[in-house]
Amino acid sequence: MELTKLTALELAAKIRAKEVSVSEAVEAQLEQIEKKDSLYHCYTSILADEARARAKEVQKQINDGTLTSPLAGVPVAIKDNICTKGIPTTCSSKMLEHFRPPYDATVVECMNAAGTITVGKLNMDEFAMGSTTETSYFGVTKNPRDITRVPGGSSGGAAAAAAAEEAFLTLGSDTGGSIRQPASFCGVTGIKPTYGTVSRYGLIAYASSLDQIGPIARSAADCAAALDVISGSDKRDSTCVDREHYGYLNALTGDIRGMKIGMPAGYFAEGLDEEVRKSIYQAADVLRSLGASVEEFDLKGVKYAIPAYYVIASAEASSNLSRYDGVKYGYRIEKFEGLQEVYKNTRSEGFGNEVKRRMMIGAFVLSSGYYDAYYNKALKVKALIKQSFDEAFEKYDCVLGPTAPTTAMKLGESLSDPLKMYLGDIYTVSVNLAGLPGISVPCGTDKSGLPIGMQLIGRPFGEKEILRAADAYEHAE
Amino acid sequence: MKAYETVIGLEVHVELATKTKIFCGCSTAFGGAPNTHCCPVCTGMPGTLPVLNKKVVEFAMAAGLAMNCTITQKCKFDRKNYFYPDLPKAYQVSQLYLPICRNGGIEIEVNGVKKTIGIHEIHMEEDAGKLVHDPWEDVTLVDYNRCGVPLIEIVSEPDMRSADEVIAYLEKLKLILQYLGVSDCKMQEGSLRADINLSVREVGAPEFGTRTEMKNMNSFKAIARAVEGERKRQIELLEYGKKVVQETRRWDDNKDTSFAMRSKEDAQDYRYFPEPDLVPIEISDEWLSEIRGRQPELRDEKKKRYEKEYEIPSYDAAIITGSKRMADIFEATVAICHKPKEVSNWLMVETMRLMKEAEMDSEELNLSPEKLAALIGLLDAGTINRPVAKEVFEKVFKEDVDPKEYVEKNGLGMVQDEDLLVSTIERIIAENPQSVADYRSGKEKALGFLVGQTMKAMKGKANPGKVNEVLKERL
Amino acid sequence: MAEMEVKMIISDETITYVAALAKLSLTEEQKERAKADLGSILGYIDTMNELDTDGIEPMSHAFPVKNVFREDVVTNGENREELLANAPVKKDGCFVVPKTVE
Repeated sequence: MELTKLTALELAAKIRAKEVSVSEAVEAQLEQIEKKDSLYHCYTSILADEARARAKEVQKQINDGTLTSPLAGVPVAIKDNICTKGIPTTCSSKMLEHFRPPYDATVVECMNAAGTITVGKLNMDEFAMGSTTETSYFGVTKNPRDITRVPGGSSGGAAAAAAAEEAFLTLGSDTGGSIRQPASFCGVTGIKPTYGTVSRYGLIAYASSLDQIGPIARSAADCAAALDVISGSDKRDSTCVDREHYGYLNALTGDIRGMKIGMPAGYFAEGLDEEVRKSIYQAADVLRSLGASVEEFDLKGVKYAIPAYYVIASAEASSNLSRYDGVKYGYRIEKFEGLQEVYKNTRSEGFGNEVKRRMMIGAFVLSSGYYDAYYNKALKVKALIKQSFDEAFEKYDCVLGPTAPTTAMKLGESLSDPLKMYLGDIYTVSVNLAGLPGISVPCGTDKSGLPIGMQLIGRPFGEKEILRAADAYEHAE
Repeated sequence: MKAYETVIGLEVHVELATKTKIFCGCSTAFGGAPNTHCCPVCTGMPGTLPVLNKKVVEFAMAAGLAMNCTITQKCKFDRKNYFYPDLPKAYQVSQLYLPICRNGGIEIEVNGVKKTIGIHEIHMEEDAGKLVHDPWEDVTLVDYNRCGVPLIEIVSEPDMRSADEVIAYLEKLKLILQYLGVSDCKMQEGSLRADINLSVREVGAPEFGTRTEMKNMNSFKAIARAVEGERKRQIELLEYGKKVVQETRRWDDNKDTSFAMRSKEDAQDYRYFPEPDLVPIEISDEWLSEIRGRQPELRDEKKKRYEKEYEIPSYDAAIITGSKRMADIFEATVAICHKPKEVSNWLMVETMRLMKEAEMDSEELNLSPEKLAALIGLLDAGTINRPVAKEVFEKVFKEDVDPKEYVEKNGLGMVQDEDLLVSTIERIIAENPQSVADYRSGKEKALGFLVGQTMKAMKGKANPGKVNEVLKERL
Repeated sequence: MAEMEVKMIISDETITYVAALAKLSLTEEQKERAKADLGSILGYIDTMNELDTDGIEPMSHAFPVKNVFREDVVTNGENREELLANAPVKKDGCFVVPKTVE
C-alpha cells in the first residue's frame, strides 16, 4: 500500500482503525518528500524532527480518545506566509529569511488542535505576489505534472506538494487567485473561502481586504474537512466573524439535483485557451447529467476586476510591507550611513522585483492627488462587481467558469512581462474583490497532459454549495 | 510698526486613561523597562491584526459630547503612512475621512471676556513609541511601550488670538478631560501635548497669513512663551519685508526662540486610505444616549453647586473645582465629616501651601479624604488644638500618617486634666509678678505673655482658649 | 487585448518620487525598467475609467460587518525576549537605529 496516495480523510480513517500508525504516516510522508522535493522544490523548510516527535504525541491522544477529529494524525504542510511559532516563516523573501515568529497563526492552532502534523513550510511567490512561484527568493517550484512548467502561484508550493503527494493536505492563501490558479495548474482541488470565514491572524498580509487562507488537497472532501477545522470567528481578527452554519464535510451529500448554475458568457470570449474552454463545457455537461441546470448569462463589469484588483492590492501591499525596514525583524543591510540608508538599502536588497513593483504602484495610486482617480475609483468598481455577483446569485446557486485562461506556462515565460502575468488573473480576482468563495476543481487535461481547472464561485458563505458540487463532480466519472 | 493680529489654532494630543492599548491587550501604565508593555500586535509583527478597544470609542464620544461636537455615527479608521523608527508598522492607524467628532466648541474666559473656541474635529489614533539617544554609541534606542496607547487629537479652529487665550483654552480642555476621566492630562508624562499653528496678519486683513507649526509642546509656560516668541519672530519678518515660510519649527525654551526643524528627506505625503484590518464603527442612537447619560458633572456645574450646596465662597469653589483631583478630595471628605467650610479651608490654605512648597501639580495630590476628615474630627472634638492640627496635617500630607495614631503616639493630644492646668497657671502667676501687675494695671498684652508661658509649660498641649479663661479667672 | 497597448508616460520625477515614498533606491537601469513597467500597468489600470461609477459608494469592506471590539482588560504580560529575538540589532532591551534624535 502506498500510503502517500491516499486522501487525507482515507489516511485518517486508517489511523483511527489502527491499520496505520501516525508515525508510519509521517515517515511515509517524509520519505516521499525526501524522494521528490529535490526535483520539485515545494518546501522552504522540512520539519522532520518536529513531525516525528509530534506524531507520538498525536498517536497517544488518538489512543486515549481525546483526539477524534476526522483529520487526526494526517501530515500537512503550511504555506510559508502563515506564522508558525519558532519556525522560520519567510514569505519566500530574503527579507524574512531568518524570521521566526513568536506565535502561531490561528489556523495553525486550529490544525494542531485537530491533530494534524505539520511536516514543513511551502514555497510561494515572494510575499504572495506572483502567479508562478518564480518570484520566490529560494528558487522556483516545478509543476509535478511537467517539470518544465510553473506550478502557478502564489501558493505554488502548496499545490505542487499536494499534486506530488509530498503532502496530504496543505494550507495556502488567496488574494487574487493564489489558491485556485496553482490548484488548477497542478491538477488538485483548492478553495478560497468567503472573506471573513477563516481568521487571518498570523497570515503575513499582502492585501488585507482580499487575503484569505484556504486548503489545497487531492479531493473536495479533504478541502471540506480542513475548512471545518480552520473556519470560525477569532477574537484576534476583527474581519473574521461568526457564522451560523459550518459543517462543510457533512454537506457533501453527492446530490446536486436542482442546483442552478450560471456560466458567464464573457468568460468564454477573447484570451481563453480553446482546450480550456472545451473542458469547462464538458464539465458543465457532467453537472447537468447530475441533475443541475447550467445556463449562460451576462456578468457585468468583471472585465474591470483586474485593474481594480491591482490598484487595491498594490495600495494595501505598499502599506503592509512598509514595516520591513531593518529595525525590528528580518533582513538589515550591513553597511549604511544613517537611518535613511538603513531603510532604503535594506528594502532595496531585501525585496525582489515584483514586490518592489507592486509597492511602487501602490505608493503611486495612493499619493497626493491620485487617491480619488485610482484608489477610490477601484473601490467603486469593486462595489459594482459585488453588485453584479449579487444579481447573479438571485438567479443561480453558483457560477461556473475556468479558473485560469490557460494551462501551466513554461518556466521563465512570464517574468519578462508583468502585465501579461496580471491578465492571467482574469477569472479569479473578481471573486476576491466581491469577497466570495471560489473552488478550483480538476476537469481534465489539455493535449500535452496539463491539468485544467474549473472554478465554481458561490454566494457569500455558500461554501457548502460549491463543495457539494465539486464533490459530486469528482465522483461522477 | 503696523498693527498685527495673531491667529492661533491648536492640535492637542491626549493619551486616554484606558487600562489597555487601543488595539491590543497591553498595559498603558506609564514607565516600565523598555519594551515590556508590548506584544506582537503593537510592535507590528508580521501577521498580527488590530482589534479596537471599545473604551477608546466611548472616551472619544464623551470628549466630543462635552465639547459640544456632532458625533459621527458612522465612522472608521484610516492608515497614515510614513517611515520613522518610533512607528513599527510604518503607518499610524488614525482617522482622516470620518473622524468620530466634528463641529464643536468650548467657551473660555480671559480677563472677564467670554469667547467660544471652535473644535474642528476630534479623532482617535494610536501613539508612537519613544526614541532615546544612547550617548555611548551614538545610536538611537527604540522603546515601544507607548506605542499603541490610545490618543484623541483635538483640532481647534484658528480662533485664538493671544497666548492668554491659548492657555485658557488648554486649561479648559484639561479640566473637561480630567472631569470626564478620559485622561489624566499629565503633561510631564506626555499625556497632553499641543501642536501650535500660528500666523500673523495685519489687523483687518481678510486672509490668514502663512502659518508655522510648533510640535509637541508639553508645558503651559513653554507654550505661552512659544506663542509670544513666534508671534514676534513672524512680525519682525513681515516688518523687514520678508516672508514667513510654512514649516514645522521646534521651540527651544532655553534659548527662548524657535528653530526650523531639519526638513525631512521627503515630502509629507501620508497616502491615507481606509484601514482594511478594522471594520466600521456604527454608533446607534441608544449607544450615544447611554454615553450622554453617563456624562459626569463638569467643572462649571460643579462650581455652581459648591457655592449653593456647600455655601463656600465663589473664589474657593473656583480654586477647588479648578482641579478634578482636589474636587474629588473635597467631596469625599465632606461626605465623611459634613463640614464643607472646614474642608475647604484645609484645602485652600494648608494644602495649597504644601503643594507650592513641593512644586506639586494638583493632579499629583494624594491626600486621603478619610485622614483629612479624621484630622478635622480630632480638632472638632478638642482632642488637639489648631497649631498641633497643622503639624499633624503636614504629616498626613507628606507621609500619609493616620492622624489619630500619630497624635497618640507622639502625645500631642491636649491635656484634659483641669487640676494640672490650674496648678500650672498658679505657678506661672507666682513666677511672673511683673506681668501680673502689668495686666492688672490694664496692659492687655501681658495676658498674652502669660498664656504663652503657660502653653510652653504645658508643652503646647493645652487648649489656648481654656488657658485664657482660667488665667483671667485667677488674675 | 487592445488595452495592453495603452501606456502611461511616467516621468523621471514621478519614479523618483514613488521610489522615495516606498523607501527604495533604484539604479538608473532599474528606474528605466520601473518607468516602462509602471507605464504599461497604470495605462491598463486606466481602463477602469471606461466604467461609469457615478453615484456608487466606494466599498472598502465587501460585507457589512461593524462594531467589532475588545473589552478594556489587560491580557498581555511581558515577553520582551521574544519580541526582540528577531531584531537585527538590539541593546539594553531596545531596538537600535542610527542616531535620529536631535
